[in-house]
Amino acid sequence: MAEKTYPRSVISILVENHYGVLARISSMFNRRSFNIDAITASETIDPGITRITITVHCDQSTLKQMLLQTERLEEVKQVFLLDNNSLQRELLLIKVESDPVKLPALRDIAGVYNAKIIDLSPESLVMELTGKPEKIDGFLKMFGNYNVLEMCRTGITALNRV
Amino acid sequence: MKLTGSEIFVEVLVEQGVDTLFGYPGGAVLNLYDELYRNQDRIHHYMSAHEQGASHAADGYARATGKTGVVLATSGPGATNLVTGIATAYMDSVPMVAFTGNVGTGGLGKDSFQEAYIEGITMPITKHNYTVRRIEDLADTMREAFRIAQSGRKGPVLVDIPKDISAAVTEFEPKEPVRPEVIDTYDTEQLKKAAELLGSAKRPVIYFGGGVISSEAEEPLKAVMEKADIPATWTLMAKGILDDEDPLNLGLIGMHGKFVSNKAIDSADVILAVGTRFSDRVALNPAKFARSAKIIQFDIDASEVDKNVEVDCSVVGDANVVLRAFLELLPEADHTEWHKQITEWKEKDYRPYDSETALKPHQILQKVCELSGDDSIYVTDVGQHQMWAAQYLTHVKPRHFLTSGGLGTMGYGYGAAIGAQIAKGKEQRVIHLTGDGSFHMNLNEGVTAVSYDLPVITVIFNNQVLGMVRQWQTLLYGKRYSSTDPHRKTNYVKLAEGFGAKGWHCETLQEFEEAFKEALNNPGPSWIECVIDKDEKVLPMIPAGATIEDIILADGKEA
Repeated sequence: MAEKTYPRSVISILVENHYGVLARISSMFNRRSFNIDAITASETIDPGITRITITVHCDQSTLKQMLLQTERLEEVKQVFLLDNNSLQRELLLIKVESDPVKLPALRDIAGVYNAKIIDLSPESLVMELTGKPEKIDGFLKMFGNYNVLEMCRTGITALNRV
Repeated sequence: MKLTGSEIFVEVLVEQGVDTLFGYPGGAVLNLYDELYRNQDRIHHYMSAHEQGASHAADGYARATGKTGVVLATSGPGATNLVTGIATAYMDSVPMVAFTGNVGTGGLGKDSFQEAYIEGITMPITKHNYTVRRIEDLADTMREAFRIAQSGRKGPVLVDIPKDISAAVTEFEPKEPVRPEVIDTYDTEQLKKAAELLGSAKRPVIYFGGGVISSEAEEPLKAVMEKADIPATWTLMAKGILDDEDPLNLGLIGMHGKFVSNKAIDSADVILAVGTRFSDRVALNPAKFARSAKIIQFDIDASEVDKNVEVDCSVVGDANVVLRAFLELLPEADHTEWHKQITEWKEKDYRPYDSETALKPHQILQKVCELSGDDSIYVTDVGQHQMWAAQYLTHVKPRHFLTSGGLGTMGYGYGAAIGAQIAKGKEQRVIHLTGDGSFHMNLNEGVTAVSYDLPVITVIFNNQVLGMVRQWQTLLYGKRYSSTDPHRKTNYVKLAEGFGAKGWHCETLQEFEEAFKEALNNPGPSWIECVIDKDEKVLPMIPAGATIEDIILADGKEA
């Protein structure tokens, strides 16, 4: 588990789109005892380049080491920290136990957060929400009195504005 | 020009200036070995007893010459046997390219016979590594491997070549050998700040490591020391740069370093660290290392700045380039008062006592230096004998002291000594210093020394026990000698003879002197066993995590 007492940092890494490049980065993080909260990877507009976005909670000196050690890897083109003004988004899927009595309240929550109900059965419903990580966190807090059957979130993917 | 993968392999090696290769054959590299057979006039292949020995030989070759060492092994066990040698080179930033065969691309991932995912296994112990999946990529991948191994902070690179790739045919275009990237940039503002800091120091100390040897920065380093009258201490990786008689030479630093060097670091007001990484064997307690000092760091690797010890000023760049520029900025100085203090500490330092009867480690080493001349290359294994060698060998030149510092690989020595001997030719005196523990790990390389008739002299410090571990057990584990006293009955003279080498057994300094003189005239490999007391200790010693206040200067037995 990550040390949540430290602030969240989001690292963006542009790498050559080669076999095993994700393994190289995660292997280095593991070897150096850097804890990853979430990691996403996908092709950029240039198919030769992959963007890896890593979310961490750590102190400043560990963060500095993470950036420098990542930079040392041969296939890494660019490493940078996303600033506070950056656009950070996550996708959440959540399956909640439901029945005709609970359903209206669940619909209300979904409405307030602009979440979509993408599957509905007599016993449960599945909602989809995209947004800033804080919004997802806030949304999840609404289900304290409900039985959450399954949930997954993608981890942060992000871009700087300029 | 259409060539097979194996032909390309040889052509690119030749193109990169490689004429020496260490290795061991096997199924997945049969194509490559077949091509080496046809090119014996261009590339000399030296076969070891075990792939680990070949990897250490490539490492010893690289450390002794500064060139990139090259090793070749087959797939699976051949490849995994290289792992310790690659990790050893990685920890000490030694340029090396390791080639492994693998099963054919169609067999990859199928748990084929002798298949190992060596790319994954060596990911954290190489600068970079490759599996060549297309014949078209082979030549440029090899070129990239050589470029990466030699550029910036040097280190090992592995190239895995599946068997069908070495047989496939493609167009080959010869190219110029790659030149390592020279880093000639640095932050001039930081360098100015560094000069101001060090220039205003009252009690300055320079602390340097293997980076000075890698970048061949001996000359500007000494010029900086002299111009600003600054004493210097060095790590295990940097033995051989300062003259023993130089009054500015404080000697080895760290766990088994001198009292004076550790005391000077502890009392300094400004420290300049060059090409060194504040390892846990030097900065034993990182929070208290150089506690009264502002620290300046010059290093080629930005990730070394603030990694183990936080510094006040840093310049990222090549030590040679940075020190030359620094020399211009640094004002002349005179630190008479500081030297007076240092001289007092030098007088208080540990000195071993001589014995008329027993063989003492420092006396053996003094005798070795006296008899073998000033140009010898010394190669050590790991443990007590290694520390004694670092402390007591004199008149050693740069690239003439080869030792596994970072990884601390017992069994490194014989392979590395063989590699150094092959690199420098049989006229070069190469002395392999080892302990009975380390030697037993890889003494099989005796057969290699015999095969190639190499005059490597092996001096075995035989205390019957794993001395360094036992020393810790004595001092820190209540003399509970768990698994350090194996009661081995090895007869080294017979064993040497069995291999086709020559052996001697010595119990006195007189016997050692006679044996060593005979070994100096022996054209083949020599083993000289020296029986020493199992309670011999490496002193001084500052235990892990401790400070100068905890230094052990006297053996309870001797006091």
